[in-house]
Amino acid sequence: MIVTERAVSVSVNGATYARTIPVRLLLSDFIRNELGLTGTHLGCEHGVCGCCTILLDGQAVRSCLMFAVQADGHELITVEGLAPAPGQLHPLQEAFRQEHALQCGYCTPGFLTTLIPFLESNRDPSELEIRQALSGNLCRCTGYQNIVKAVQRAAREMRTVEPGR
Amino acid sequence: MKPPPFKYVRPSDLNEVISLLSQHGEEARLLAGGQSLVPMLNFRLLRPSVLIDLNAVTHMDSLAVADGTLLIGSMVRQRTAERSPDVLITAPLVVQALRHVGHFQIRNRGTMGGSLMHSAPAAELPGVALLLEAQMVLRSSRGERVIQASDFFCGPFTTAADPDEILTEVRFHTPPGARTTFLEVARRSGDFALAGVAALARIDPETRVLKEVRLAAIGVSGGPVRLFQAEAVVTGRYATPEALRESGAAAADEVTPSTDLHASEDYRKRLLNVLVARALAEITTL
Repeated sequence: MIVTERAVSVSVNGATYARTIPVRLLLSDFIRNELGLTGTHLGCEHGVCGCCTILLDGQAVRSCLMFAVQADGHELITVEGLAPAPGQLHPLQEAFRQEHALQCGYCTPGFLTTLIPFLESNRDPSELEIRQALSGNLCRCTGYQNIVKAVQRAAREMRTVEPGR
Repeated sequence: MKPPPFKYVRPSDLNEVISLLSQHGEEARLLAGGQSLVPMLNFRLLRPSVLIDLNAVTHMDSLAVADGTLLIGSMVRQRTAERSPDVLITAPLVVQALRHVGHFQIRNRGTMGGSLMHSAPAAELPGVALLLEAQMVLRSSRGERVIQASDFFCGPFTTAADPDEILTEVRFHTPPGARTTFLEVARRSGDFALAGVAALARIDPETRVLKEVRLAAIGVSGGPVRLFQAEAVVTGRYATPEALRESGAAAADEVTPSTDLHASEDYRKRLLNVLVARALAEITTL
């Protein structure tokens, strides 16, 4: 059926949202404007800056390069869903704070959602691997130096919390 | 930076896609990974009336090996191919090249077929397909046809596929005993290549002479190009530093890159010269 609107049901941070939306609505705009989850930021809206990165079924993707209708039936996690509980931070968020890995913070949600699946698949990354992993995200404040340090700190922390995983 | 209005359809069956294509032809666009198509829509470079989303179509993401040939469905995600042991064993060049395609977040969505059909001048996978003399399998309501990669890429963003055809599978074969590599230079990691080279060589185990050499360049023309002169210069010789340098020089002589704000024609030639020699050195050094 060829349509201009479509009903979708999407799981975001564990909650299911059902909406009928125009097919041209970008997933990034759906997350921000329909669901009010404004932690996902928009920089370039053509896939270059990485600000709008979210987790789609556990994998980091650009939410500005998908239509919201394509998320139908999938599980999303946005920056709002990274912390384990209210008042707590994910080890990578905590490391960003400790290492001063952000200044204005605009790019931070994209860095976090990019680097968490990276750290889950690479428990002891080298500096080169970290720099490659974050090469798809732009930050204009930090010069990346402290972001690298934060990832190293988070990797150490995550190994201590879940040793031998 | 929002896409223009379009109509959307998400078929689950390839025959449905083919019938939609025969019905809508040039008015329709196939949506695979969307990593090039969505930016083009956001920039309003394209205004298709219908988007046919392939992401729910079954059996388009199969990955198989038959008689040493890799048969890869066009909806296989680039990240999946990059991490597949089957791809690494049968067509290591595909893995070597995929590491340069965008960033890993892009490769999580981007597809093998999408990149080949988009056919951007600096795209890596068209260079791989050309070098490995891949077979491109196209389907339409008129049936199936198989096109050689050398006849498939026709210039910037242009392939031999008709508007009602869909690329369903690509077949990659690496000659037994061949070694391959893929090198490129981009301004930043993940950016479009200023120049890149795919290289393949077979060395005679007895004489140590280069028996077969294939070279393809990206980013220096409207599409991927084979470097036949550069290949001929080294084939049948020992892989001496002098022979490799001559091959690089021949490569630079047989292309006419364009100048843009990222690099001049001369700079791209210089890059290709160095990359060809470096790639050959890498795969002929034991």
